[in-house]
Amino acid sequence: MSLTRHDVENIAHLARLALAESELPVYVDSLSKILNFVEQLNATDTASVQPMAHPLADQVQRMRPDEALDCDQHQKYQRNAQRTEAGLYLVPKVIE
Amino acid sequence: MSELHHLTLAELSAGLQARRFSSVELTKHFLARIERLNPALNAFITVTGEQALVAAARADEAIAAGRATSLTGLPLAHKDIFCTDGVLTTCGSRMLSNFVAPYDATVVERLSQAGVIMLGKANMDEFAMGSSNETSWYGPVRNPWDPAKVPGGSSGGSAAAVAARLAPAATGTDTGGSIRQPAALTSLTGLKPTYGRVSRYGMVAFASSLDQAGTLTLSARDAAMLLGAMAGFDPRDSTSVDAPVPDYVGALEQPLAGLKIGLLKEFFEKGLDEDSARLVRDALSVCEKLGANLREVSLPNLPLSVPTYYVVAPAECSSNLSRFDGVRFGYRCENPLDLTDLYKRSRGEGFGAEVKRRIMTGTYVLSAGYYDAYYLQAQKVRRLITNDFARAFGEIDVLIGPTTPGPAFDIGAKVDDPITMYLNDIYTIGANLAGLPAISVPCGFVNRLPVGLQIIGPHFAEAKLLNVAHAYQRETDWHQRIPRGYE
Repeated sequence: MSLTRHDVENIAHLARLALAESELPVYVDSLSKILNFVEQLNATDTASVQPMAHPLADQVQRMRPDEALDCDQHQKYQRNAQRTEAGLYLVPKVIE
Repeated sequence: MSELHHLTLAELSAGLQARRFSSVELTKHFLARIERLNPALNAFITVTGEQALVAAARADEAIAAGRATSLTGLPLAHKDIFCTDGVLTTCGSRMLSNFVAPYDATVVERLSQAGVIMLGKANMDEFAMGSSNETSWYGPVRNPWDPAKVPGGSSGGSAAAVAARLAPAATGTDTGGSIRQPAALTSLTGLKPTYGRVSRYGMVAFASSLDQAGTLTLSARDAAMLLGAMAGFDPRDSTSVDAPVPDYVGALEQPLAGLKIGLLKEFFEKGLDEDSARLVRDALSVCEKLGANLREVSLPNLPLSVPTYYVVAPAECSSNLSRFDGVRFGYRCENPLDLTDLYKRSRGEGFGAEVKRRIMTGTYVLSAGYYDAYYLQAQKVRRLITNDFARAFGEIDVLIGPTTPGPAFDIGAKVDDPITMYLNDIYTIGANLAGLPAISVPCGFVNRLPVGLQIIGPHFAEAKLLNVAHAYQRETDWHQRIPRGYE
């Protein structure tokens, strides 16, 4: 599998990553190499194998009761935001 | 009395209980070493000296009042992947270079409740993605055994700090070898527990089905002491396992007679440095002398670990790291034109080259048309690898092999070739894919650089791993060696 510059631009867009012009050829090269490297997995017969999502057999993710636990801490959390106003996060205008 | 920084946690704990020194004296001793020796190593991103001395004074009061645990008053460094309330938590990234965590990770909270003193936050590969600690936004960490070499990664700052005796122990995280590989490269004991044994709450997520917190220490006994406090059920982590925590320290002295050790055939095939292989075989004969029985075991799908990991881990990474959007916390680009520009440039500028590479690999293998061929196939091979381990543990108690293909390499040597870099983790990744506990223990030196022996066990066999490691450390002194200049 060899990726083109266009492929990498598309992947970067899907991942919402702005890449500098100088980064593109580096990723075309290294992502192609990584995909070639992982393609060896296709030589394994897995027709009757169930995919594994959790490393512990029979372990499922627990659900918890839908109860409010933490008290309101938005002021503390918003100290990490670059721009807030009246308890809201500010971003560039989305709807004209 | 020998110097305080020569002592293990167990010895320091005995000294504190006997009032031979106070926690404040101990904490000051390590803070002074950090101030003097850290600039050459770059092992710490943040040093929390003031806070540490306040906590140490409180620990001394607890000891005086007879309210101490065996960990009360002992200093430790946390990998900068653990959220620490009110303290900068960067994960080695520009993206979080302004992030002051609003709460403590469960690991931090439990150790702090046990009376452990945080000295600071250790440097690491960005978002724990790396095997050399060269991807950190805060610059590479140097190996105390040779400053031209990498300390391993991603818990490279934790490893360098403990190896140089700037902290008597450190926490780490291990997604594909990030505790064991740096432990091997710096002559430490590095323990990755079973998946779900230690809570991931408040630990910045990289690959959620693989990530696990553990320890870097000077001995197996110290690892047992810390794990006892860190492990256990946490309702705030939906993958935390609700199982009792055994007495790890109490199990250390079990005799090894009759222990069935599996020699991992695939680990001794191509790629392993000859001198390292010899040291691992020497270690195995020590175990034999203690009464263990050796037999060769083959895990035919194990050589597929690295390609499996480099589909599964990037896929989970691309999903986990989508939360960094420049809106609620973390780095935000200057003058965004619109919301898409805000997302794209904040992420493009906030993430480093390796993190972007993994996000894009993950995005690709999860995208429409490629999901079945890459991601689903990798999840199936992951099961085959896991089944291989399960079959082996039907016949033997623990698997033993090398931790890494060779000793520490030069800073800069592999940074431009991701595949070569990824292959550093060839022996460690299997345990992560199968969720197994594993430990790396120092087993000698090649050209004055440390080599690690890896012991892998079945799920929840941490006590057995620590028992074997402790028995080996009673017969050898590799784990007591101190790098020159840090005595």
